[in-house]
Amino acid sequence: MNGVKSLNYFELFNLSFAFDVNVEAISGTYRDLQRAVHPDKFAHEGERQQLLAVQKSAEVNDAFQTLKNPLLRAQYMLAEQGVDIQLEQKTLQDPMFLMQQMEFREQLEDIGQMEEGDEQDQLIASFENSIKRLTADFYCQLGTLLVSSCKVSLENAAIVVRKLKFMNKLSDELERLEETIL
Amino acid sequence: MAYSEKVIDHYENPRNVGSFDKNDPSIATGMVGAPACGDVMKLQLKIDDNGIIEDAKFKTYGCGSAIASSSLVTEWVKGKTIEQAGEITNTTISEELALPPVKIHCSILAEDAIKAAIDDYKSKR
Repeated sequence: MNGVKSLNYFELFNLSFAFDVNVEAISGTYRDLQRAVHPDKFAHEGERQQLLAVQKSAEVNDAFQTLKNPLLRAQYMLAEQGVDIQLEQKTLQDPMFLMQQMEFREQLEDIGQMEEGDEQDQLIASFENSIKRLTADFYCQLGTLLVSSCKVSLENAAIVVRKLKFMNKLSDELERLEETIL
Repeated sequence: MAYSEKVIDHYENPRNVGSFDKNDPSIATGMVGAPACGDVMKLQLKIDDNGIIEDAKFKTYGCGSAIASSSLVTEWVKGKTIEQAGEITNTTISEELALPPVKIHCSILAEDAIKAAIDDYKSKR
């Protein structure tokens, strides 16, 4: 159980360092790893080994949560390559993108104030489609940007990750609206 | 989380909500967003020939602290020169509104919105 701490999450899951991850496959690896490091298995090996097992188990869990979520995975890949995306400190200043975000928020507001019915349902469906398409485009860009050896690509990947935060917020807001309608 | 009275006041009675025509040469528009929470802020300044801010409007999609921060700066910038407005920092905003540490990014957003608007004003001239 010693000497494995320096593995990154991808190595831990025996994956190559790439953005595309098969979530189903890593769910299987996750179960295998959790079984292998389960603290009960070390019940007879003393406190130190048990403590290590608990730590290892937590690490496997963190790795799985990070790898299965594309946005967390992208953030992790950036951090591993020395790029801090400074979510809290740095604002996004892309007027075109933000204008579009503003319009999306306004649309949602308008949809929320409409009378319930077919027209509203259609607008919700088309809204959902547009943000899904945009989100998919952003993730598509990440695939190549995140494994580039150029610093510029990594910085662009960080911008895409920051934009995806806004896309996630939009889909949260959409979900909230749908809940109020149902 | 408990909001301060000042935040609640600005949240319930936001000052200067709205928009100016962004194509008007005397209007400077600053658009900024906070990735941490997905808040979006638009701050617009109406600036006269002497570089003095005559009026300000904002539109913010975000939490109470983000709305209060932008509402507050629209009040603060009025009558100031663009240089003076550019000196407003997130620290003064968060102190005035007694923002908790997790909401500091809302005041950073408002500070950056002023700076973005000033940049827009300079680029228009």
